[in-house]
Amino acid sequence: MASHSTARSTTGNGMSRLEGIQRMNPNSLGVLLFISSEVVFFGALIITYITYRTAGPPGPTARTVLNIPLTSVFTVFLLSSSYTMHRATSRLVHNDASGVRKWLLATVLLGAIFIVGQGYEYVHLYMDSVTISRNIWASTFFVLTGFHGLHVIIGLIAMAVIASVIQPGEDHPWGAAGVEAISYYWHFVDAVWVVIFPVVYLWALFS
Amino acid sequence: MAEHVSPYPRTMPTVTTTGGLWRWVATVDHKDIGILYMVTSLFFFLVGGVEAEFIRAQLMTPDGKILDPTTFSEFFTMHGTTMVFLVVMPMIFGFANYLVPLMIGAHDMAYPRLNAMSYWLLIFGGILLYFSFVAGSVPSDMWFMYPPLTEAPYTLNAGPNYWAAGLLVTSVGSIATSINLIVTILQLRAPGMLISRLPLFVWMVLVNSFMVIWALPPLAAGMTFLLADRTLGSHFFDVANGGNVLLWEHLFWWLGHPEVYILILPVFGMISEIIPVFARKLVFGYTFIAASTVAIAFLSMSVWAHHMFTSGLGLTADTYFVAASMLIAVPTGVKVLTWLATMWRGAINFTTSMLFAVGFIGEFVIGGLTGPMLAVAPVDWQVHDSYFIVAHLHYVFYGGSVMGLMAGAYYWFPKMTGRLLSEPLGRWHFWLTIVGVNVAFFPMHFLGLLGMPRHVYTYPNLPALEPLNFISTIGAFVLGLSVLVFVWNIASSARGGQLAGDDPWDAWTLEWATSSPPPPYNFESVPIVTSRRPLWDIKHPENPDRQ
Repeated sequence: MASHSTARSTTGNGMSRLEGIQRMNPNSLGVLLFISSEVVFFGALIITYITYRTAGPPGPTARTVLNIPLTSVFTVFLLSSSYTMHRATSRLVHNDASGVRKWLLATVLLGAIFIVGQGYEYVHLYMDSVTISRNIWASTFFVLTGFHGLHVIIGLIAMAVIASVIQPGEDHPWGAAGVEAISYYWHFVDAVWVVIFPVVYLWALFS
Repeated sequence: MAEHVSPYPRTMPTVTTTGGLWRWVATVDHKDIGILYMVTSLFFFLVGGVEAEFIRAQLMTPDGKILDPTTFSEFFTMHGTTMVFLVVMPMIFGFANYLVPLMIGAHDMAYPRLNAMSYWLLIFGGILLYFSFVAGSVPSDMWFMYPPLTEAPYTLNAGPNYWAAGLLVTSVGSIATSINLIVTILQLRAPGMLISRLPLFVWMVLVNSFMVIWALPPLAAGMTFLLADRTLGSHFFDVANGGNVLLWEHLFWWLGHPEVYILILPVFGMISEIIPVFARKLVFGYTFIAASTVAIAFLSMSVWAHHMFTSGLGLTADTYFVAASMLIAVPTGVKVLTWLATMWRGAINFTTSMLFAVGFIGEFVIGGLTGPMLAVAPVDWQVHDSYFIVAHLHYVFYGGSVMGLMAGAYYWFPKMTGRLLSEPLGRWHFWLTIVGVNVAFFPMHFLGLLGMPRHVYTYPNLPALEPLNFISTIGAFVLGLSVLVFVWNIASSARGGQLAGDDPWDAWTLEWATSSPPPPYNFESVPIVTSRRPLWDIKHPENPDRQ
């Protein structure tokens, strides 16, 4: 036993960090690992977008066809949903199920507005006959923003499910574990947009 | 003794009591799922093996007439794809699923239901891939599916679609099961099972799982682009419209090179478990083995373009990738030396498992030696896409991964079934494998140096090509026979094999501390670990390991 405790104390800081991981909510740890995998996936999509930005014969580009002011407005909705998500998780500490639920639903609403905005954008592009097969810029644009939109939709469904599981006045450890996990996911989806928005939209203003 | 109690409640998976087929469909027990993975892998091993035998039969003589060119390409493509994604990876996940919770003293995996889902995704992906035979559009553009050949105008059938869709499905399963393994290893270790005391197999699975979750997404992105190009008319690999086929090569080998280590690292772990037990010595250089694994994982993520020396990336890129690739030989060599040092002056007991483990070292080193040769760009320019590459990769895949997995099969089969595999049949299996591997794959080195390209369905009647191909095919038939012996051994020993008892090898890790096969919850009480050899400490309280 003595040797055991020495082994523990000599390993210092690294070991205590490991213990932190060991005591984490298992759902959150799994979601964090999943996010690390997703980072590589979106990294590949974003690098592809950047390398193909100016490739190919002349055709529609971000500068000529995207409605940047409108998307900026919808971006505000998406980014503010990170704040409402933060409020939801901060209510967890107070064991306030109805508060968690309220802020989760607010997050769902903001995310849904963003998706409506993206749908509106896609419909307008379609009416301008800008589709995935139009040119290489359109190919990369639709795959990149489409996959992000898909992640938003999956997040909305997951949040709606968790919000319906959490009942007011009920101490619900599983629901709580789910809220923390989905909050990591949602912040990640927002963070991806924080990269996509400048790369796709703002960069177009300067090129 | 610090107890690690998770603040979050964990429900135990429901134990299905009904027998028969439904039990296997509904199971969420990590041992059942591990066995399902292994049986599935063995099935696809036979399928991919039959494809290989047809390929070799066709190439046995010049101007062979057994397969037509299209069927040859289809079998060639499906053989490679099957062996990598439906055989070796699932077999590794099977062993990891079965053994990791037992080795760390846990009751199950972290997410039992996700575990079942991962397995069924593998099945659905495999079915999707092989449904292409029924649909008449078998993938035939080789396992790396290079565009522009795989673009819609050049491959008219739906082969690449089945390939990409099937592998996307299995990839999701692979990533899910890897996340599951990481969380299990980080969170569910028994009290006292520090990271520095993990069995080396668990160490390798941990590192390997990180490689899976970081290496598969680029391929998923690439397959998405390919599917979009083929079905939606996008232009990712459409050169006329600004696309670049190099993008595919980068994405594919970004996965592809870590993948070859994904296929071997856990096998290194198995060898590091088996050799000490049969040499009756502590493993030499535990820390070096663990650390070199991390080094291999790190390096393997930064060497992908050594598969692309002939793609014309330029001198600067080539120079970097030559140097980085050569570096990998260092941590790999460290491992080989630690295994040899472990056996040095040991009281070696040559069971079939140990034979395979020792055979693994020899065969793997032959394949490993051609690795640094191929890492030299000018050499690679000469032998790229020739049978030299085929020889290299089969020595590391068959002589390495598969032989290591065979060692693991003979070692852990008694734990899984309660019965030993037959040793006489095992010896037949081993010697047929050793003969088969070398007779089948060694001549391929010369074939490659003589300039025989891979992916060709036939070759002209030249003096050197014919005898070498003939010998290679004989070796492939011997290998086929060895696999039949193995399957027969499993089938007969599972029913009538010698009873093994809980701990037939007098081993030291926790999986041997419970019954064979283990009960649904693995351990009646959670074991307390005080060293790297917890079972030794239990068996020898008068002389426990001190660390």
